[in-house]
Amino acid sequence: MSNPETDLRATNGRAPDVFRRGAWVPMREYSDDEEVDFAVVGTGAGGGTLAARLAEHGFKVVALDAGPFWRPLEDFASDEKEQNKLYWLQDRISGGQHPIEFGANNSGRSVGGSTVHFQMVALRWRPEWFAARSKLGYGRDWPIDWREIWRYYAEAEDALKISGPISYPWGPPRGRYPYRAHEINAAGLVLAKGAEALGVKWAAVPLSTLSAPRGKAPPCVYRGFCKVGCSTNAKQSVLNTFIPRALAAGAEIRDLATVSQIEMGSGGRATGLVYHRQGQWRRQRARHVVVSGYAIETPRLLLNSATAQQPQGLANSSGMVGKCLMTHANHAVWGVMEDEIRWYKGPPSMTVCEHWNYEDRGKDFHGGYAFMSQGPLPADHAKALVSNTGMFGMQLRQHMALYNHMAGLKIVGEVEPHENNRIELSDQTDELGIPLPRITFSFSENDQRLYKHSLQFMRRALESAGASNLIETASTAHLMGTCRMGTSASDSVTNADGRTWDIPNLWICDGSLFPTCGGVNPSMTIYALALRAADRIKALAGRGEL
Amino acid sequence: MSEQFTNLYPEYDVLDKWETPSWNEVTRSVVQKRLHEIPERRFFNEQQWLTLTAVCDRIIPQPERSQPVPIAPWIDARLFKGQGTGTRYASLPPEQESWRRGMDAIEAEAQHRYRRSFHRLDRVEQDRLLRSMDNNEVEAAAWQDLPSKSFFRHVVLRAVVEIYYAHPAAWSEIGFGGPASPRGYVRLDANRRDQWEAIEQKPAAAQRLYPK
Ligand SMILES: Cc1cc2nc3c(=O)[nH]c(=O)nc-3n(C[C@H](O)[C@H](O)[C@H](O)COP(=O)(O)OP(=O)(O)OC[C@H]3O[C@@H](n4cnc5c(N)ncnc54)[C@H](O)[C@@H]3O)c2cc1C
Ligand code: SF4
Repeated sequence: MSNPETDLRATNGRAPDVFRRGAWVPMREYSDDEEVDFAVVGTGAGGGTLAARLAEHGFKVVALDAGPFWRPLEDFASDEKEQNKLYWLQDRISGGQHPIEFGANNSGRSVGGSTVHFQMVALRWRPEWFAARSKLGYGRDWPIDWREIWRYYAEAEDALKISGPISYPWGPPRGRYPYRAHEINAAGLVLAKGAEALGVKWAAVPLSTLSAPRGKAPPCVYRGFCKVGCSTNAKQSVLNTFIPRALAAGAEIRDLATVSQIEMGSGGRATGLVYHRQGQWRRQRARHVVVSGYAIETPRLLLNSATAQQPQGLANSSGMVGKCLMTHANHAVWGVMEDEIRWYKGPPSMTVCEHWNYEDRGKDFHGGYAFMSQGPLPADHAKALVSNTGMFGMQLRQHMALYNHMAGLKIVGEVEPHENNRIELSDQTDELGIPLPRITFSFSENDQRLYKHSLQFMRRALESAGASNLIETASTAHLMGTCRMGTSASDSVTNADGRTWDIPNLWICDGSLFPTCGGVNPSMTIYALALRAADRIKALAGRGEL
Repeated sequence: MSEQFTNLYPEYDVLDKWETPSWNEVTRSVVQKRLHEIPERRFFNEQQWLTLTAVCDRIIPQPERSQPVPIAPWIDARLFKGQGTGTRYASLPPEQESWRRGMDAIEAEAQHRYRRSFHRLDRVEQDRLLRSMDNNEVEAAAWQDLPSKSFFRHVVLRAVVEIYYAHPAAWSEIGFGGPASPRGYVRLDANRRDQWEAIEQKPAAAQRLYPK
């Protein structure tokens, strides 16, 4: 049998059918010399979604991804160690006062991007965050009105058949979620009990996994391995939603294709991409280039594509490429319950409390956080435990033996955009000769006040729910910023459509566009930006403004 | 002082589910290899290997097992293949170098303190040495620009537990359901168990474990 990590699957006029073992779907192909309308780098929440919509709007699209093209049914084991194959494991040099942990903690490398192993939490932003500076007095304003994004949230939720509660307790009213909410597991009910004791609301998490069948995808069977890939296709990831749509609409997907540079022509426009596939360096010509590699790889590619005319890297006249890297504070409190919780059953986060995203009174910090119930797999939890506490020996084994009685609450906490938090190119290179990224990250004083507040609150919630032996852990999740959108070429990299100010046919479409990061998981907002960008591109093309 | 592990799930073995709908073909082949194809030492030298093995024994002591779950061979194999974790801490040398230098430094620290090899120290001495790494209280010159605490927590401890808790024996001892595809679970409420999940031994053993 061929190995999808080394042998091409999307080639010879066909691509994997992700819903059937060993099966294929037809795929249109373009030659390297054919000038396609759009060459997209990365096929995750941003790139995969955009590729599908652009193809559906009639554009010729090639989307490349460094990672393999999986068929979940035949390739995914129920095993944490084996499934490391889903992650971006190449070295990233991590420094600063609070170095970010990369790899399994925050980035994927697959057709479908990080959504192949994401935890399916599908939340919308609080409307005021899109105007954080003018409405709330911190951070920056986005160049897009919240109502427009909220319309695209509804569209993304429908495309992914999000399962959510009938009424969501925070923010403006929203329509019904396409699919009903899942039954809440015991770990989720611990959060509910704690929240009720403290007098704050809670809700079932809207989740990107099916609560009823959809086409060839079955409903979730609560196996709990979501973070290492869903082997049943219940999870609605880009791999089994937008990628099949992209193929059906005539886009070409290239697996195992790593882009090293964007090529520039004499007229100040991009002319295509340089990429490596199957041991060969190749060039794809394109009228437009879109970079969707996530908040480290996107700026890395722009910086590595520097030319004599743009020596600081492409689209970097503002100096903002790679700056204002944000991650979410991901601090947690864990406890031991009298009850058997068996938190490995079901998606890892089934309930959420967004109280501190919508309540501004009584805080000694700017920004907000959500906290969610937890259900980590054994090795994942053991790693968090040892790196935070230094616990080892029989004490560790005996503590882990309480696994079935554990419950935990973890935040997605807003972090401020700071120019010192950044990614640059180092002087060391990877196996293809591309400079490795060096990342510098430190939590600000405000960020620290935020997570301290959350730890206190979650301690009280867990204690009220009956937990003892509490342990705190610090961590980070998600990556955002580094190529922020804005209203002016002087202090942002792109406009609201993701079009770079400096190079009119170079676009960005992924988490790096975020000017601020809000207190919820990012993927729904990335989907919304991608769907919006595709519609804007169609409109601009119609007016002859591409 | 003898070390003991209190098993709350003495009757439970995830491997009993091998032929059931909880295990699919991919998972069986992955776990089969893990159980039976233990790699040879190829990355560390002999002395480093002795140190590493002794370190793993103290992080995950397995006195009750005649055949302990192998840990060091998998660390060696990953480093030999040059497979990274995605993070290279700026304060530490590249991962392979950190491991080699770290094992040498542990040995040097043992020689400095006890004039004996780390793997020849008794348990209490070994634990004390590891604990002082975690407190950044090491003295040997070999630690030069290798911060012992970061190395211990972020490199060593993480790697060891990642391997141990990927082994069916570890899944069984904590009552984890283990592989679950295509069959997942039906009963999600507290204190409810599907028939194919572990039965917890109560209350005597359990009571001792939950400090109330
Ligand atoms: C463990 C985990 C859990 C998460 N859980 C949630 C959650 O519950 N809810 C939520 O909203 N978000 C979650 N996220 C975050 C979410 O998955 C990401 O924010 C989102 O997928 C980012 O989208 P993106 O398009 O920016 O990048 P990605 O989805 O990461 O896609 C980038 C793709 O680009 C490819 N690529 C990069 N550089 C190159 C190059 N040079 N050449 C070719 N290809 C390249 C990569 O291989 C990758 O496939 C989670 C993330 C992780 C890691
Ligand atoms: S719990 Fe549901 S979404 Fe998660 S891996 Fe299992 S079937 Fe897939």
